[in-house]
Amino acid sequence: MEKVLLVDDEIDFLETMSERMQARDMNVTTTTSPKEALKKVQEESYDAIILDLMMPEMDGLETLKELKKKNPDIQVILLTGHATVQKGVEAMKLGAVDLLEKPADIKVLTEKIKKAHARKMILVEKKAEEKIRHILAEKGW
Amino acid sequence: MNHRSDGETGTGLQFFGKMTASISHEIKNVMAIINESAGLLEDYTIMAEKGVPIDPEKLKAVSQRVSKQIRRADGITRNMNSLAHSVDDFHKSVGLRETLELSVGLSLRLADMKSVKLDLQLPQDPVTIITSPFHLLNLLWQVVDFAMGASGGGKTLRFTYETGPDSVKIRVTGLETLSNLSEDAFPTEKEKALLQTLGGAIFLDAKAREIQIVLPKDLRQKSTDN
Repeated sequence: MEKVLLVDDEIDFLETMSERMQARDMNVTTTTSPKEALKKVQEESYDAIILDLMMPEMDGLETLKELKKKNPDIQVILLTGHATVQKGVEAMKLGAVDLLEKPADIKVLTEKIKKAHARKMILVEKKAEEKIRHILAEKGW
Repeated sequence: MNHRSDGETGTGLQFFGKMTASISHEIKNVMAIINESAGLLEDYTIMAEKGVPIDPEKLKAVSQRVSKQIRRADGITRNMNSLAHSVDDFHKSVGLRETLELSVGLSLRLADMKSVKLDLQLPQDPVTIITSPFHLLNLLWQVVDFAMGASGGGKTLRFTYETGPDSVKIRVTGLETLSNLSEDAFPTEKEKALLQTLGGAIFLDAKAREIQIVLPKDLRQKSTDN
C-alpha cells in the first residue's frame, strides 16, 4: 500500500481525490497548508507527495525546495492548472519526479505514484546496503 | 475606445493578461474538482457492479459538490465577461458598487495566494459614475496589488466609497505598514497615467492607513473642463 501526502488548497479537490486514491488501496493524508506538509514529512515517511503548484502561504516550487532540503530522497509529483515547459524544467531541476496538469487522469497519477514508490524503495535499499557496507568496513569484519 | 499610447496599451494588456491567466487557472481548479467528482461516481458504479451497495449520502455529497463548483464557475465566467465588455466604450455609466464588486471578484484569487482578505463594506445607496470602466478596473487592481504588500499582519483590505457633488471617493483601508513606505512608492508612473485618463487622483493617508482614490462623477465633463 502506497503512502501518499496530498497537498492542495482546494478542500473539495482534496476530499474527492483522496477518496478515489483510497479506493485504489493507497494510504492518503491530506493538507491544505504547505507549511503543515513540511511538518508532516518530518514526522512520517511518505512514498509520494502530490503537491499543487500554486498555493497561498508558499508556492509549490518553494515548498518543493524545502521538502528536498528536509529529505533529498523525497518523491514529489507536482500538479498544476497550467503546465508550462518553463515550470516543468524548473520543477525537474528542483528534484520533482513529475509534473501533471489538472484535471489529471487518476490512472496516470496512480501509475506515477507506483513508480515513485518503487524509486523510493530502491533508494531505501541502496542506503541500507551502504550502511551495512560502512559498518562492515568500520568493524573490519 | 479612443486611441491610446503604446505604453498605456502595454499596461492595459498586462492587466488583462494577469486577470485572464488568474481566471483560467481558477477554471482549471473547478474542472479538476468536477473531473474527480465524475470519477468518484464512476468508482461507485464499478463498486455497485461488484455488489457493494452505494451509500445515498455519498451520492448526495458528490451532487452538492458539483453544484457548488458550477455556481463558482458561473461567478468566474460572469466576472470574465464583465471584464471583457469593460473595453466596449471609453465613456460608460457604471455602478460604483458593481465595479468594486467586480474588481474584488477578479482580484480574490490573487489576494488569496498572498493570504490577504478583501472585504467590501459598501453603502446601500446606488451611485453611478461615467468613466472608462477598463481603466478604472486596471487602476483598482494596481491599488489592490500595492495595498496587499502594505497590509502587514492584518492581511485584510476593506473597500468603501463616499460621494461628493461632482466626485466619488473610494477608500481602501487596512494598509497597516503604509507608514513604513517612502512617499514616492505609490502611485508609480503606471498609476499616474491611469489617473490622468480617468481624471482622478490618489491620496495616501499613512495615519489612517488608507488609500483614497478620487474620481469625477462624469469623466466627459472633466475632459471638457481640461
